[in-house]
Amino acid sequence: MRALLSVRDLTLLYGPEQGCQGVNFDLYPGEVLGIVGESGSGKSTLLSVLAGRHTPDVGQVIYHCPDNGALNLYQASEARRRSLLRTEWGFVEQNPRDGLRMNVSAGANIGERLMAQGVRHYGQLRQAGLQWLKQVEIDPARIDDLPRTFSGGMQQRLQIARNLVSSPRLIFMDEPTGGLDVSVQAQLLDLLRGLVRELQLAVIIVTHDLAVARLLADRLMVMRRSRVVEAGLTDQILDDPQHAYSQLLVSSVLQT
Amino acid sequence: MSARLESGSLEAGYNFAYLDEQTKRSLRRGLLKAVAIPGFQVPFGGREMPLPYGWGTGGMQVTAAVLGQDDVLKVIDQGADDTTNAVSIRRFFQRTAGVKTTLRTEEATIIQTRHRIPETPLRSGQIMVYQVPIPEPLRFIEPSDSETRAMHALNDYGVMHVKLYEDIATYGHIATTYAYPVLVNQRYVMDPSPIPKFDNPKLNMSPALMLFGAGREKRLYALPPYTQVTSLDFEDHPFELPRWDQSCAFCGSHESYLDELIVDDSGTRQFVCSDTDYCSQRSAQQEATA
Repeated sequence: MRALLSVRDLTLLYGPEQGCQGVNFDLYPGEVLGIVGESGSGKSTLLSVLAGRHTPDVGQVIYHCPDNGALNLYQASEARRRSLLRTEWGFVEQNPRDGLRMNVSAGANIGERLMAQGVRHYGQLRQAGLQWLKQVEIDPARIDDLPRTFSGGMQQRLQIARNLVSSPRLIFMDEPTGGLDVSVQAQLLDLLRGLVRELQLAVIIVTHDLAVARLLADRLMVMRRSRVVEAGLTDQILDDPQHAYSQLLVSSVLQT
Repeated sequence: MSARLESGSLEAGYNFAYLDEQTKRSLRRGLLKAVAIPGFQVPFGGREMPLPYGWGTGGMQVTAAVLGQDDVLKVIDQGADDTTNAVSIRRFFQRTAGVKTTLRTEEATIIQTRHRIPETPLRSGQIMVYQVPIPEPLRFIEPSDSETRAMHALNDYGVMHVKLYEDIATYGHIATTYAYPVLVNQRYVMDPSPIPKFDNPKLNMSPALMLFGAGREKRLYALPPYTQVTSLDFEDHPFELPRWDQSCAFCGSHESYLDELIVDDSGTRQFVCSDTDYCSQRSAQQEATA
């Protein structure tokens, strides 16, 4: 199988050991990659460089399109990068307020990507909106409500629907369950796991919650001080951590 | 001193059309660029004008930049020649440029307008100058200027339809009735200044040159003659023109854009043409034939 995303020697440093450096990995279609690590270890920096939001100092991100062959993210034009970001890719922000348009209705939020792709049929947009609300377990009757009237968990699910409407192949998530209470977290994780399997999505998810990582991720990368200190299968890393920091991380989780 | 000064109408101590020649030249450079890229917003160094922002400073600067000695100027405000804004801007150019002014659309070579396009069809050689409050059609949904510029540059106009979608979701039809966004020459999305959407079709393939000036935002944009201008819409909710059941109380017109007036305390309504020149010419014609 061919990799979906190939990352080579990716580096973006804000200062010594601040940011991310020397990151290498391949991501395959349908695979969920978790990035864990302490605050300030460079997880989010890495994610934004992967997602085309910040130009790296060194290194390459190569995306293998299904039809156009390999695309070197930072050598492609900004127009191409943008269109990629709103069609074949998605980005779920930690705070749904950053990823949603708060002053337009839920239906318009879901329809925006389709409109950007040139769908000019209101009925079709409406249909997609209703269908996706149902898919993320929001009452379709709320299609015309503003996101601000939604609860935090619903906003997060709406943000996911907004990203998935264009049938992307790769989704980036930055702490998608942060800021939600535990029961809502569990519900969202359940939903995410279902969608990921059903739609064969490749996901790169940043989290500091090992429970989230264990539930969702097939593979893990542990980051510390801008470097990937350990990478491997999720179970392997969580059950038999090799690096001292990974051991600390795993042992710091409360055992019940 | 010229003969014009001695005629007494021209104010002493001001350059022709108020602005100095270098400023007018820089404006004309901006306008040339705007004409070369239809619908593209060109920044310009706006000057203080002797009236507040929002009263037509952008339009006045454009008019001053393109005005020549032989031009005949018409100024309208919401279609009317006799409202405060129209009267004072017309007098301003009478006093600072000494140009001929007119109320008749067909006589004018330059028409400065606030939010209407005359009903009388424009002809080649005429220049329309629009006063624009907010030149950026994407502003309502994207507050960042660097972002909207990138969106224009990359033809990233998906959000334009979000607004129209919201209209239909809320009201069942596209409820935007003025400042209705248009696509210019199949490339740039443009705010046609807050003209009613009734006037949008008049922009398409117009023989006249259209110049837009935003004084506060310091932007110029333009439509050269015979430019394709299409109003944005959905396939199942196409662009529609407003219709009135009434006709003008003065001239009886069914075709023109009508203003609704409440004429007494019991709420009696009357509809009259917003274009006063069109209306009075029709009325005069009807009297002559009667």
